[in-house]
Amino acid sequence: MSVIQVNNLSKHFGNLKAVDQLSFSVNAGEVFGFLGQNGSGKSTTIRMLLSLIHPTSGRIELFGKSMETNRNQILEEVGAIIERPDLYPYLTAREHLQLFAKLRSKKITTSRIDDTLIKVGLLERAQDKVQTFSLGMKQRLGIAIALVHNPSLIILDEPTNGLDPQGISDIRNLIKQLAQQEGKTVLVSSHLLSEIEQMATQIMIIHRGQKIAEGPIQKLLDPNKMVVHVKTTNDAQALQFIMSGSFSNYLLKRTDGIHLCMPDYEIPLFNTSLVNAGVGLIGVETRNSLEDYFLQVTSNSN
Amino acid sequence: MKQIISIELYKIFRRPRTYIAFAAIAALIMVIQFGLKMDGQSYAGFLMKDINDTLTVDGKVLNGYLICYILLQLLLVHVPLLVALIAADMISGEANLGTLRLLFTTPYSRTQWVIGKFIAASIYTIVLLIWLAFLALFASMWIFGTDDLFLMKSNYVVLIQEKDVLWRYVGAFVFASFSLLTVTALGFLMSSIANNSIGPIVGTMSAIVFFTILSTLNIPLFSIIKPYLFTTHMNNWKEFFDIKVDDNNEAIYGTILNLAKIKTSLIVLTLHIILFVSASVIITKRKDILS
Repeated sequence: MSVIQVNNLSKHFGNLKAVDQLSFSVNAGEVFGFLGQNGSGKSTTIRMLLSLIHPTSGRIELFGKSMETNRNQILEEVGAIIERPDLYPYLTAREHLQLFAKLRSKKITTSRIDDTLIKVGLLERAQDKVQTFSLGMKQRLGIAIALVHNPSLIILDEPTNGLDPQGISDIRNLIKQLAQQEGKTVLVSSHLLSEIEQMATQIMIIHRGQKIAEGPIQKLLDPNKMVVHVKTTNDAQALQFIMSGSFSNYLLKRTDGIHLCMPDYEIPLFNTSLVNAGVGLIGVETRNSLEDYFLQVTSNSN
Repeated sequence: MKQIISIELYKIFRRPRTYIAFAAIAALIMVIQFGLKMDGQSYAGFLMKDINDTLTVDGKVLNGYLICYILLQLLLVHVPLLVALIAADMISGEANLGTLRLLFTTPYSRTQWVIGKFIAASIYTIVLLIWLAFLALFASMWIFGTDDLFLMKSNYVVLIQEKDVLWRYVGAFVFASFSLLTVTALGFLMSSIANNSIGPIVGTMSAIVFFTILSTLNIPLFSIIKPYLFTTHMNNWKEFFDIKVDDNNEAIYGTILNLAKIKTSLIVLTLHIILFVSASVIITKRKDILS
């Protein structure tokens, strides 16, 4: 069952098409990784999902209901943090959760608030004012606010911003736990692609407001799309060789050295051909990470 | 809606800024009361110097009722600025802080948020006015005692019996609450337009100053619009202290000289409140939350 169903969603700011005819769906229990470069339209899309921005056109359905006509009912079941963890500096962590708990129709007990604080590792600082919190602690509190009412759908925009490595790992595990053990649906955007790779079951990449890739992460990172970083004694000569032959189709537009995206079985032939062409080969590094895939698809669509 | 109002009130009264207005009013009133207590007779003598030859006044001229009248004349011009500090920050302050996003993703409509916030800001305004009334009226009555209220108007004097005064102050404070709620609503409108804290506060204050100048200028061109400006009506609480007289030019107990003027002012102020709040709702509903 689709928890999020977006059809032909567009948002124009004057002549700028921030989001352009975007369609996607997120199924129940999925961790959906939402990727895109800065300014690609991720946050605009998320804000439209949460009714913070009015779409120019298109349709948003959450839990099978139209956002336009069932907004309040839908938002009862949604928890979200959007970009920065902006909070009230003069209130304590506990006060934040108490205030936002009041805004939900279901009764939220003190023990539920405590459990949420434990979940994000803030119980000991519950009585401290937010103005004394680090960015990472604010981020944790933002996540706690999103979780306190036990929503079915959690939308997290850059949830690991400002967190230290331990904090990032904790949040990653929390998101996984929410999906795997509690059956929550999570839509998460992050610029930390390795994080998305470790937690998402499904990803979508948008670029300049348009979808350029979507699918299960394992399918997108298939062995036919290995990223090969070639280190040579003469890059200009190597590039000339690549461009002149059949390997030119695999070349990625990147500025940090020579990169190609090719099936794994082609790599030995490529190495041999390069050496036979007289290029001094220092090394060939092969990877198949989300980051490489992301760079590949976004550079190809430029 | 009840939840929104209680949350907004909680936030208002947890902010240190809220208490600036209370402290400022207390400080101003206490300074004036102290000054009048110390040197009040000279002040009263100065007030009455033009009529001393023709009129003999017995009793305590400088009593708590007169002190309150003096205080209200001085303060009701400045209290709107203190009200603007909170009201004009209610929406834009949250936009600036980034917390508007949190509020607008809760299961309440923007209309509910705007109206809830306006009601909370109005309650703050009323509490501030009650604080003002407590210090200006009841504290003055306690410090200076009570007697008949003797007021010097521009070309006549008004003498109101002691037992006929208190209800007039109740009326004046109720009227003043309408004036201040209009300022609250104006601050709200400014707040719904901007995304920063300072702009709407300065904007509200500027608008009050601007329209007050238009209201007081005696230029025929502006006379056409004057009846429709809220600033023209804001100070009409003073009408409660103009009393009808009989054929012997004696005050008629329990009367107000120009009740119609008060009614008209209340209608104009109420219409302004409705207009400003409605505009705030429309603007906020249409707004994309980009902050």
